[in-house]
Amino acid sequence: MSVANYIPNKYDVVVDPSRCRMCGRCEENCSYGVFRKEQDRIVTFPSNCVVCHRCISFCPADAITIRERTATYRHHPHWDEESREDIYNQANTGRVILGGMGNARSYPPIFDRLLLDACQITNPSIDPLREPMETRVYLGKKPATVEITGSGRDVELKTSLSPNLKLETPIMVAHMSYGAVSLAAQKSFAMAAQRLGTYMGTGEGGTHPDLLAYKDNIIVQVASGRFGVSPDYLANSAAIEIKAGQGAKPGIGGHLPGEKVDAEVSRTRMIPVGSDAISPAPHHDIYSIEDLAQLVRALKEATDWKKPVFVKIAAVHNAAAIAAGIARADADGVVIDGFKGGTGAAPKVLRDHVGIPIEAAIASVDAKLRNQGIRNEVSIIASGGFRNSADLTKAIALGADAVYIGTAALIALGCRVCGKCYMGMCPWGIATQTPRLVSRLDPIEGAQKVANLITAWTHELQELMGAAGINSIESLRGNRDRLRGYLLDENILEVLDVKTVGA
Amino acid sequence: MLNKDGRRVNGSMIKNGLSRMNERGNGQGAGYAAYGIYPEFAEDYALHVFLDNMKEAKFSVEKEIERWGYIVHAEEIPVDDRKVEVSHIPYRYFFKPDPEKLLGRKIDEKDAILKMVMDINASRSGALVFSSGKNMGIFKASAWPEEVGNFYMVNKYKGYLWLGHNRYPTNTPGWWGGAHPFGLLDWSVVHNGEITSYGTNMRYVESFGYSCTMLTDTEVVTYLFDLLVRKHRLSTEMAGHALAPRFWDDIDRMAPNERDVHTALRLAYASASMNGPFAIVVGNTGGFVALTDRIKLRPLVMGYRGKTAFVSSEEAAIRAMEPNLDRVYHPPAGTPVVERLEGRA
Amino acid sequence: MNERTIDVKNLDYRELNRTIREAVAGGVRSITLNNVLGQRFIADGITAKDLSITVNGVPGGDLGAFMDGPSIRVNGNADHAPGNTMTSGTIIIDGDAGDCVGHSMRGGTIMVRGNVGYRVGIHMKQYREQYPKIVIGGYARSFLGEYMAGGIILILGLDATEAIVQDYVGTGIHGGTIYIAGELEDHQLGVAAVRKDFTEDDLQVVTGLITQFNAQFGTDVDPAAITFTKIQPMSARPFSGLYTTER
Repeated sequence: MSVANYIPNKYDVVVDPSRCRMCGRCEENCSYGVFRKEQDRIVTFPSNCVVCHRCISFCPADAITIRERTATYRHHPHWDEESREDIYNQANTGRVILGGMGNARSYPPIFDRLLLDACQITNPSIDPLREPMETRVYLGKKPATVEITGSGRDVELKTSLSPNLKLETPIMVAHMSYGAVSLAAQKSFAMAAQRLGTYMGTGEGGTHPDLLAYKDNIIVQVASGRFGVSPDYLANSAAIEIKAGQGAKPGIGGHLPGEKVDAEVSRTRMIPVGSDAISPAPHHDIYSIEDLAQLVRALKEATDWKKPVFVKIAAVHNAAAIAAGIARADADGVVIDGFKGGTGAAPKVLRDHVGIPIEAAIASVDAKLRNQGIRNEVSIIASGGFRNSADLTKAIALGADAVYIGTAALIALGCRVCGKCYMGMCPWGIATQTPRLVSRLDPIEGAQKVANLITAWTHELQELMGAAGINSIESLRGNRDRLRGYLLDENILEVLDVKTVGA
Repeated sequence: MLNKDGRRVNGSMIKNGLSRMNERGNGQGAGYAAYGIYPEFAEDYALHVFLDNMKEAKFSVEKEIERWGYIVHAEEIPVDDRKVEVSHIPYRYFFKPDPEKLLGRKIDEKDAILKMVMDINASRSGALVFSSGKNMGIFKASAWPEEVGNFYMVNKYKGYLWLGHNRYPTNTPGWWGGAHPFGLLDWSVVHNGEITSYGTNMRYVESFGYSCTMLTDTEVVTYLFDLLVRKHRLSTEMAGHALAPRFWDDIDRMAPNERDVHTALRLAYASASMNGPFAIVVGNTGGFVALTDRIKLRPLVMGYRGKTAFVSSEEAAIRAMEPNLDRVYHPPAGTPVVERLEGRA
Repeated sequence: MNERTIDVKNLDYRELNRTIREAVAGGVRSITLNNVLGQRFIADGITAKDLSITVNGVPGGDLGAFMDGPSIRVNGNADHAPGNTMTSGTIIIDGDAGDCVGHSMRGGTIMVRGNVGYRVGIHMKQYREQYPKIVIGGYARSFLGEYMAGGIILILGLDATEAIVQDYVGTGIHGGTIYIAGELEDHQLGVAAVRKDFTEDDLQVVTGLITQFNAQFGTDVDPAAITFTKIQPMSARPFSGLYTTER
C-alpha cells in the first residue's frame, strides 16, 4: 500500500492503566491481535480492531474503551469518506470490495414509516395474557375450498391436504450454513426451534450428524452448489427449500473459502478438506420457470411428495411476477429475502445497491398472488433484516405468513454485527470453525438466548395483535387496513396498499 | 324471526321487538329484510334500488339491467314519508335474466346477477341496488327502527322470515346504503360489532371478484356467505365454522375426523375467518344462521315458541314479540346456530 | 305507605329509575316492578341499604350497576352484566343471566338460579370488609372469574345441560376463590389459576352460601354430597416474570 492511499484507523482502543489489572483476558479473547500484554502494560494495535466487543465483555476491570476515531477529511457532500476510502482501497488492490452482514447504506427502512393500529371503544382490545391469542401458522399449500360431509361431530373431510409445516410462532431461524457459521451456532438454532415448535434452516452446507436429533424442526436447503444434498439429507428434514437467491447479494452465487473447510465441514458438505465450496450464481438446472417446476417436482418425487418445498428468491424488482411463477410451479412456499438481508460475505456493490425493500416485496407479492387467485397455493415467508417484533408484525400485516430471522438470531448469540464473518475469526464462536473459538459458544446457552428472543418477540406480537383486537394471526395477515403510512409518498403507499396516517 | 312452518306474518311484530333496543342505535340507520313477501313475483329477482333521481340514475340502472334480461315489473316502493327525511327514492324492479343474454357470457345466472349488482353499485351512477333476491326484500333508511318500519309500511308485507336491525354507525356515516340489513341475491345480513379482520377479509373476497364498495364489514360478511355457501358449497354450519374457527387448542383435542375438518377449514379459509366482536344473523330463503365471535364479545340470544325461532341481542326484544317462550337459549361463542324452514336441508 | 307496586310497561329506564328514586326519597322501602321488559340500569347507583326491589319480567343490562345496599330479586331472566361494579347489596335472579355477571363487583352478593354466560365475575375484587360473592345454580361459560382479584364464585351446576364450566376458568386470577361443584380438566384452567385442597374451612364457606341459595330458591342442594374443586391464584402477581426494562 502506498502512503498516498493510506486509510486512517477507524478506532481507538484504549486500556485505562489505572483500572487494568493486567489479567491478560483481552489478549486471550481477541482473535484479531489487538492486545499484547507486555511487562507492565497492555499494548494495543487498533488497526486490527473490528469492534466485536469481546475484550470489553471479558475485561473484569471495565478498563477498555473503544472509540470511533475520525481523522477528519475535508467535508464534501458528494465525495464522502466512504467513497474516498473505497477508491484508495481499490486503487491499491484492483479488487472487488467484500463486505459482511447486510446492506450498509442508510436507505430508510419503510417499516419505520409504518404505524400499527389499536382498538378504542368501537371494538375491544384483547388481553393476550389471559385470553386466547393464536400465533400458530401453517406453511404450505392450502386448498382453495374444502369438501366436507356430515355435520356436528359426525363429519368427514373429503379433501386431501398437502403437507404443511406447523409453526407455533411465525418466527423461524433463517438459513445459515454450517461452514459459514459454527456447528455450535447451528445447534443453538436447532434446539431453540425444537423447543418453540418452529424451524431453522440448514443453509446449503448439509446437515451435520449432530443435528439429526432435530430433523423434524429443520428445513434443508438445496442451493446451486448442492452441497451435502443426498437422499438422506432430504429425508432428514421437515421441509426443503430451494435457494435461488439471497437478499444481500441478488444475482450472484456464494463462495466458502477452502480455509473454512475443515474435516467436519468437509464431511457435511461432502467435499474434500481445504477445497473451495462454490455455489454458482444460477442453478444450472434452472434457466427458466419451467425448469424450476422440474426441480420442485424432482425433489418431491425424491421425498414421496411428503414434504413442502419452498423457493427462496432475493427481493428484486420483478419479485411479484417471479413469485406467481413459483406458485404455479408446485412449490408450497415462496421465501422473499429483502435487500437488507444478511450474509457472511458479499461484494459490497451488490450488497448495497441491488434488490428492493422487503416491505414493498411482500406487499406486491401478496397482491399479485391474490389477484391471480393463487394466494392459497403458496405461503409467503419474508426475511431480510427484521430488527424487532414490530418489523415482523408489520411484515405479516403486509401479507407475509411467517418470517425468518438471521442476523437477529446471530445477535442473540452475541454477534456484534462487526461484519467480519468472512474472516473466520469470529471471537464469539459464531462465524468461525476454529475449535478454540467455537468452544466459546455453548449451544445450550445459545439455544436459551435464541429461544428467549423468539419468545419475547412472540409475546410482543401477541400484545400488538391484542391491542388491535385480533386474536388469531390469520386475521393480521394481509390486514393492511391496520397499518398507516407516516411520511411515505403516494407511490409507496399505493404499492403497500396502505393509507396515510390520518386517513 | 323465522316461522319454520312457512307461515307468513307482517312486519309490525319485528318492528315492536326492535324498538325495545333503541339504546343500541342512534337513529341513523335501521332496516328490515323479509322473505316470502312477493309471491306474485316469486320467480323473479326483486331488485330494490335507491335512486338519486328519476332521470339519469333510473335510466342508467335500467340500461344495465336490460343488458342481462328484462324487467317484468317496475315501481316506486310505496312509502309513508311523513316522518323520515327522504334522501333517495326507493324503487323496485322485478327482473328475469334472459338465458340467451347470459349464454354468450358463459356465466351462471346468480353470478350474472351478482356481477350486474356489483357493476351498478361500483359505477356510482346515482343508483344503489341494496336487495337482489327472489321473493324477498330489504327495506332500510337512516332513522329509528319504528320510523323506518312505518316509512316502508312493513305491516303491509307478509313474510315467513324477518330480520331487523338498528344501527349505531361508526365506520361510515349514517347513510341509507350503510344501514343494515345488507343484501346480495337471497342473502341478507344484520350485524352487531366491528370486524377487526376487515382488511384481510375484504382482500380475500375481492380476489374472488366481489367488489367492496360500501366500506362496511357487513358487506364483506354477505359476500363471504355467498362465496362459501353458494359458490364453494359448504353447508351453512361449516361456513359458520370457517368464519369463526374453533381455537387450535380445541381442535387439537378433537376426535381425528373432526380435527381434520376443522384444520382444513382453518387452512383453506384463514383469510375468510373473522376477528373482533361480532354477532351476525344471516338470512336466506331457507332460514337463518346466527353466529358470534369466538370469545363472545357481542351478545346473542335465541328464543323458541312452537314453530317459530327468534334471535336477538336481547331477550327483551324477543319477548316484546312473543311474551310466552318455550325456551330461551344463549348460543355458545363462535358456534353457528342454524334454523331452517321445514323441509329445507 | 312504605311499599309500592309500579307497572313499568312501556316506561323507559329514566322514568323508571326516577320513580324509584322518588319513592325511596318518600320513604318507600319495598318496590315491586311489574311488566319489566328490557329496561336497563334498574336501581343503578341507588344507595338505600334497606330497600328491596322485586323485578317481575325481563330486565335489561346493567341491573343494579353501581348499586350500594339494596336487595333486588328478579323473577325472570336478567341480561348483560347485572351487578356491574356494585359496592354492596344483593341481587337474586330466579332465572338465567347473560355475560359479565358481577363485572368489577366489589361487594355484596349475586345469586342466579339458572345458567350464566361468559366472563362471570370478571375482575371482582375485595378490599377490607368488602367481599363480593357470586353463586350460580346452573352452568357458567368461558372466562369465569377472569382477572379475579378477590371474593368468591361458586358454581353449582344444577341440572346442567352442558359442562358446568368451560375453558379459561380463572384466567389471570390474582385473588379470591372459585368453587366448582365437580371436576374440571387441566386444560380448562386459565393462566395463573391452580387447584387447591378443599378444606373444612372451605366446606363451611360453601355450606353458608348454599344454605342461602336453598333459602332463596327453595332448592335442597346438599353440600356434603358434592365434591368441590377449589381454584385459587398461583400468585398475586402471575405475570411479573414477563417484563424486562428498557436499557
